[in-house]
Amino acid sequence: MPTVTMTVNGQQVSRDVDPRTLLVDFIRNELHLTGTHVGCDTSQCGACVVHVDGTSQKACTMLAMQADGCEVATIEGLAKNGELHPMQAAFKEHHGLQCGFCTPGMVMSAVDLVQRNPDPDEHEVREWLEGNICRCTGYHNIVKAIQHAAKEMRG
Amino acid sequence: MTRRGPVFAPDDNAAAPARARPTARHKGGVSETAPHDSALRHVDGGAKYIDDMSEPAGCLHLALVTSEWAHARITGIDTAKALALDGVATVIAAGDIPGENDMAPVMPGEPLLPPEVAEYVGHPVAAVAAADFETARQAAKLVEVHGEPLQPVLDLDDAIAREHYLLAPIVFQRGDPGPALSEAPRRLQGGTRVGCQDHFYLETQVALAVPQEDDEMVVYSGTQHPTEVQHIVAHLLAVPHAAVQVEVRRMGGAFGGKESQASLVAGLAAVAAAKTGRPVKLRLDRDSDMLVTGKRHAFKLDWDVGFDDDGRILAVDMQLAGQCGWSVDLSPGVLSRALSHADNAYYYPHVRLTGLFCKTNTQSNTAFRGFGGPQGMLAAEAMLDAIARSLGKDPLEVRRLNLYAAPDRLLTPYHQTVEHFRIPEMIDQLVASSDYARRRAEIDRFNAGNDVIKRGLALAPVKFGISFNKPEMNQAGALVNVYTDGSVALNHGGTEMGQGVFVKVAQVVAEVFGIDLTAVRATATTTAKVPNTSPTAASSGSDLNGMAAKQAAETIRERMRAVAAEQLEADARAVTFAGNQAVAGNKTIGFGELAQACHQARVSLSSTGYYRTPKIHFDRETNRGRPFYYYAHGVAVSEVAIDTLTGEWKPLRTDILHDVGSSLNPGVDRGQIEGGFIQGLGWLTMEECVWDAEGRLLTHAPSTYKIPTARDVPRDLRIELLQNAPNEEATAFRSKAVGEPPLMLANSVWLALRDAVHACGPGGRAAALDAPATPEKILRAVEAMRP
Repeated sequence: MPTVTMTVNGQQVSRDVDPRTLLVDFIRNELHLTGTHVGCDTSQCGACVVHVDGTSQKACTMLAMQADGCEVATIEGLAKNGELHPMQAAFKEHHGLQCGFCTPGMVMSAVDLVQRNPDPDEHEVREWLEGNICRCTGYHNIVKAIQHAAKEMRG
Repeated sequence: MTRRGPVFAPDDNAAAPARARPTARHKGGVSETAPHDSALRHVDGGAKYIDDMSEPAGCLHLALVTSEWAHARITGIDTAKALALDGVATVIAAGDIPGENDMAPVMPGEPLLPPEVAEYVGHPVAAVAAADFETARQAAKLVEVHGEPLQPVLDLDDAIAREHYLLAPIVFQRGDPGPALSEAPRRLQGGTRVGCQDHFYLETQVALAVPQEDDEMVVYSGTQHPTEVQHIVAHLLAVPHAAVQVEVRRMGGAFGGKESQASLVAGLAAVAAAKTGRPVKLRLDRDSDMLVTGKRHAFKLDWDVGFDDDGRILAVDMQLAGQCGWSVDLSPGVLSRALSHADNAYYYPHVRLTGLFCKTNTQSNTAFRGFGGPQGMLAAEAMLDAIARSLGKDPLEVRRLNLYAAPDRLLTPYHQTVEHFRIPEMIDQLVASSDYARRRAEIDRFNAGNDVIKRGLALAPVKFGISFNKPEMNQAGALVNVYTDGSVALNHGGTEMGQGVFVKVAQVVAEVFGIDLTAVRATATTTAKVPNTSPTAASSGSDLNGMAAKQAAETIRERMRAVAAEQLEADARAVTFAGNQAVAGNKTIGFGELAQACHQARVSLSSTGYYRTPKIHFDRETNRGRPFYYYAHGVAVSEVAIDTLTGEWKPLRTDILHDVGSSLNPGVDRGQIEGGFIQGLGWLTMEECVWDAEGRLLTHAPSTYKIPTARDVPRDLRIELLQNAPNEEATAFRSKAVGEPPLMLANSVWLALRDAVHACGPGGRAAALDAPATPEKILRAVEAMRP
């Protein structure tokens, strides 16, 4: 089995993997980082979104091999020095979650949005979230949370 | 005052009804917008769902072998090739079940694995256990199922025509609709239909069964009904209930889909675990979940209604034909609730409602938020719409005319008298705050001047009965432990699926003890701590478990009060609990210190609590009684626009006024209202289950089954909680249930679409628009409406 090496949440990891291993399975089963969820298995619901080299990716839509040499960030790596990332804090504060299953993917996706567009309007947030499904909330608090976090991140 | 959007601004607490608060107020008691109990763990990725738990050593994974036929006699299952595959441990089929092969929640006769007959495409007939899921899935494809195809019934209309029923029809009747219909000045016959809806909880069905010593089994099950899973696993394995422990910390959504359906997944894992002596996990992938598990019942709804020239209903004869799928499942309750909501908020002087349990060779339709209520209510609303159109009136006028009203228009078709009916005032309030009259006139003007885009506006009320339709299910237990540092562990029969029952019940306990919410820890639901529970369903989670937990906490508090009186040298009656301490006059003792003092004094700091809903009764022979403790109310006004050339549409604005009594947690309640409304909007407009001519479900992934995304919801959504409206009944701090009722607020969207279609023609008849109102259906309805 080939060896794959990547940096995950700042730490270098190296594993021998079956070449067919999906990145999401690598993260969950090999690294035991279970905050990244599998919702639809087919790259549609967005529960598995992580960052690969700084941009959001659905981890069920790429192979672990494809992330060889990359910087990967998961929801577990977002808080720094025990402080929630502003996006995490905003989802918590503005009730942008209910069952929580879509939340990690939503948060990771939203962080990427704000990196690209520091001041997204409501329409832009909704357009961006097209690939992230939430069945509980109706999205309004998610949109509010992202806009509040964007403001926070702008400083 | 209308607040824009469901915003949880910091000032939400200030907007809550004023209550007398001691200066040293504890934080997070009832009426506060406390965050979800797992909010922090949800945002930092630390929340463990069952698939996230560390797998025990030697854990096997299951994959299903399912029927390719909609109906077939199974003549043999050849497992040789599968068993030969490296890593495969075993294959289980009907013959491997040591006990009783049944997973039925209500009436026996629903085998976990069918011994003889497969009843739908996707019906699990065997399961393969292997060292990893990939191997199990590969092996499942190697299992050869031999069968002789039988004639299936795939279609609801076909089932109705053949009277292909699972159970005898049920009838709710009051008065004599026959003569009243013939004598009515006006009479209309019509109908509508509504399709199935997939739950699409983000976390698919999952269970992990772990064999213990002797015959014992622990099952981690994503279930709304741990007690039922416990009982089913016990009789599948032929062991006592006490040998099986079922635990669930949280689910990633459920919506009714993990009430009876979880038993299949847990049962298969447990049987495989018992057979191999190894832990077994079964997580359905999304496609399997959708192909295997049941959905919201489709219904064909037909009415015959007599009314006067004003539109006042005189008599109704309605048939509600539910598509149950292959098995009875929870259909008796679903049909009963459909019939008991086919009046919605309207008085029918003479009425007969007939419910049909249609059997089709499709997935076993089951509980789904509203439990038949939404379908029944839709029949009422479509009928009211038809009456209004036939008279050329605004449907709102006809709705108002037919509302339940004192003194002699209050008796429901199931002979419960409607009490504390809030709809008339709520309609008045929302008509004013939504500016209904001005917008109605403006939209009519717009439609008169535009051929391509037509706008629609509609108001819909919701009256939803709260309590399980079966009286015996309305009971709950709780266990509260206070530790000697003053921290509190709370356990009850309610399961957390995102709806916030854990935080709401914890708030109740914090309020009873007068301590901060952070001192109360909600613990995983388990049959080992609180036994013989009801499912977390019927919107009852906070009502039932909140009261049981309140009683347990009060029992402990009264014991603590006696000790506090001694410590504070005061009369016990003078002791109060607030601000994390017991107070008497100017003396105080901290709650933790008091707990320690209780332990020193050998006073128990643990108690169970128990609650049963008062006042309710229902005779299932006559279908009469008082099934509901009280009603929750809501009113919504929605505006939409349709493109008459393509059938595409947009939700423009929705105003909601909803009755949650005295809210335990306004933030959580608003979340339920918003989420329920959007889920209802999906049900009625875009979520469509499609089967092919062979009975294969074609819509088994989000690629083909469309649920609402962030772009599909009204941009302008204004949600208000009815203020100063404590529940007249003695619920937990006078709150009201909120889980299901908001789903039906989306009826207003469907009715607004019918209004827009109506505007395409000369009037005189209602739009021929069924649900879900997909663009194709809207386009067809527009074509049918054009002059």
